[in-house]
Amino acid sequence: MLKRANPIKQCVILSGKGGTGKTSICAGLIDISSKHVEGVYVDADVDAANLALVMDAVQQEIHRFTGSKLAFIEPEKCINCGFCYDVCRYHAIKEPTDDQPTHQVIDLLCDGCGACVYGCPTTAIHMEAQEEGEWYYSTSSFGDLFHAELFPAAENTGKLVTMVKQNAKLFAEEHQKSLMLVDGPPGIGCPVISASAGANLALVVTEPSVAGIHDLNRILQTLKHFDIPTLICINKSDLYPEGTAQIKALAQSENLEVCGEIPFDDDIPKAMIAAQPITQYSPNSASSRTIEQIWNVIYEKLFHQDGKV
Amino acid sequence: MILMISSQGDTLQSEPSLRFGRAPYFIEFNLEDDSWKAHENPAVSEAGGAGVAASQFLIDKKASAALSGRFGPNAHYALTHANIRMVTFDGDYRSVQSVIDAYKDEKLQEAKH
Amino acid sequence: MTPIKIAVASGKGGTGKTMVATSLASVLVSEHRVQLIDCDVEAPNAHLFLKPSINWSSPAVIMIPEINEERCTACGKCVEVCEFHALAQIGTRILVFPQLCHGCGTCSLYCPEDAISEIPHQIGEMSRGLTTNGVDFLMGELTISEPMATPIIRQLKGLVNEKGEIIIFDSPPGASCAVVATVHDADYVLLVTEPTPFGLHDLKQMIGVLKATGTPGGVIINRDGIGNQQLESFLEGTPYPILMKIPYDSEIALGLASGNVLTDFIPQYQSEFQSLHRRILEHYAKVSA
Repeated sequence: MLKRANPIKQCVILSGKGGTGKTSICAGLIDISSKHVEGVYVDADVDAANLALVMDAVQQEIHRFTGSKLAFIEPEKCINCGFCYDVCRYHAIKEPTDDQPTHQVIDLLCDGCGACVYGCPTTAIHMEAQEEGEWYYSTSSFGDLFHAELFPAAENTGKLVTMVKQNAKLFAEEHQKSLMLVDGPPGIGCPVISASAGANLALVVTEPSVAGIHDLNRILQTLKHFDIPTLICINKSDLYPEGTAQIKALAQSENLEVCGEIPFDDDIPKAMIAAQPITQYSPNSASSRTIEQIWNVIYEKLFHQDGKV
Repeated sequence: MILMISSQGDTLQSEPSLRFGRAPYFIEFNLEDDSWKAHENPAVSEAGGAGVAASQFLIDKKASAALSGRFGPNAHYALTHANIRMVTFDGDYRSVQSVIDAYKDEKLQEAKH
Repeated sequence: MTPIKIAVASGKGGTGKTMVATSLASVLVSEHRVQLIDCDVEAPNAHLFLKPSINWSSPAVIMIPEINEERCTACGKCVEVCEFHALAQIGTRILVFPQLCHGCGTCSLYCPEDAISEIPHQIGEMSRGLTTNGVDFLMGELTISEPMATPIIRQLKGLVNEKGEIIIFDSPPGASCAVVATVHDADYVLLVTEPTPFGLHDLKQMIGVLKATGTPGGVIINRDGIGNQQLESFLEGTPYPILMKIPYDSEIALGLASGNVLTDFIPQYQSEFQSLHRRILEHYAKVSA
């Protein structure tokens, strides 16, 4: 077992396009890596958090998460002057109706900017921080997991992602762990930027489809912008050989390594239902063996070359 | 000369915080007379822009140097413009006092960007 | 007929939202004026299938503050009122952080010296064009390294053709702000999911969004047969009927991978999507009655 790496090495798993298999591959990597390196694991896809399901994790701690603020209008103080309605750029103020004789904030549309607050002539408007989710510390047979659930329709500012990662990191420092594996969200925006911050390495899970390749390009550009060393793995690699060839050409032109090609495997949903990583559910399958090979490359990059890819 | 060290708690024995914008406390340490006081970080619970808000706090307190584990790009931009030195430490330091001692001994590194 | 806005959403990524949105648009365009808006501005894909000829594009911007230094008295009011910490004060200087700015205009509204003007900061691009079969197509694309997707979605919504008969929004994955910006003004939401524990978990999140917006919806089970029955048992107790099932089929997977619209490469699906539309209208009429 590798003793503590200082500082802890962070690897984030991303994809651009959703549904390429990030979480299933991440669970496999957790299973395999946990036999060699002590790690902490993070699910940073907080509005579709699934990693705990395949790790069969047991919640140990639940913490409330307070996110952004929203405006509230006190009906007793409101004189219906319409100032708030005029200044709100988000159309988040509802004019009086028969049922509600004063102006009201439409929570779903409020951006929390406070434009209405400071100029309200009767100081009828104040901001209130919203409880927008929960984050959890859980344990599993593979190790410790930090994850979260953003409440539906809440604002995903990246704050919850940052908070979960930071708590994982503090725990890792305290318990002398060497590795932090982060299952990232799809896309390229705010939550992805937060999930990637501080990463020593990114593993991009792509699939050979026109959509997968288009979004691969966007996430690679994003990682390049933030200067994060990157590896690529191709999931469902036998689905569309022409696409696989295009991904390899793209990787080559970007000077990036394709570290594994995982064939389509109908055991993956079965492993999910069994609440097991694929590498545990069918350890000798081609996909499990490829995940092991991917882990070996990640291990080399993180621990033998000091993160230089 | 005033140092501001990001901290988990409100004493010199507290564990230093590796995060800047969302550190629970800042320890203000005066190198002239070794006096110190703890401040709660007003930025810790902000939904966004914690790095800028914490930087503004240090600017308003007339800090000369900020000591933390890592500075985000926004904090870096703000502190650079305010001529506040950014110095980093790693997870090996177990108390704010040990960070200050290391700073005095010039064992800490400037933040890279 | 009144325009009906249908959002296609899922929670989990990669369940087939774009397949459904592009197929529905392609089938309905033979009888209706159809507009499709790809609201997944972080990873837009619908154009890869519909291949529109783009004839209009425009930068997507937010308005960020610019300080007029001659007028500015460094009173600090703008820093105080900015909820997003997109402004900081250093001595007599005000610094602006464009990537933290939400473009709300609060700083300029409250500047006592009228020293703040607002200038456009580009965060993405919007494009529009027609497909060969006549779908009015719109998409947005977030610029690399910009964090905020929702302002682009809001700007796309400003281009909805109110004279259109059917407007389809292809939603981003997840169940947070960008999805709310996509579905909040839809009349109906199609929830595309797959019968796996991940699909079910994320569908529940998405149903939470529909409860918050009060929008009716129905479910499409894609890749039917790959998982288990839990999804269907869960749906039995909800107001979200199963409107369509698409079995797992390697021919579909290959056709989509190479960038084709399902109803083009397997024409039998044309009638399936016509019936889907009928079921949407029936369910919509029932719940709005």
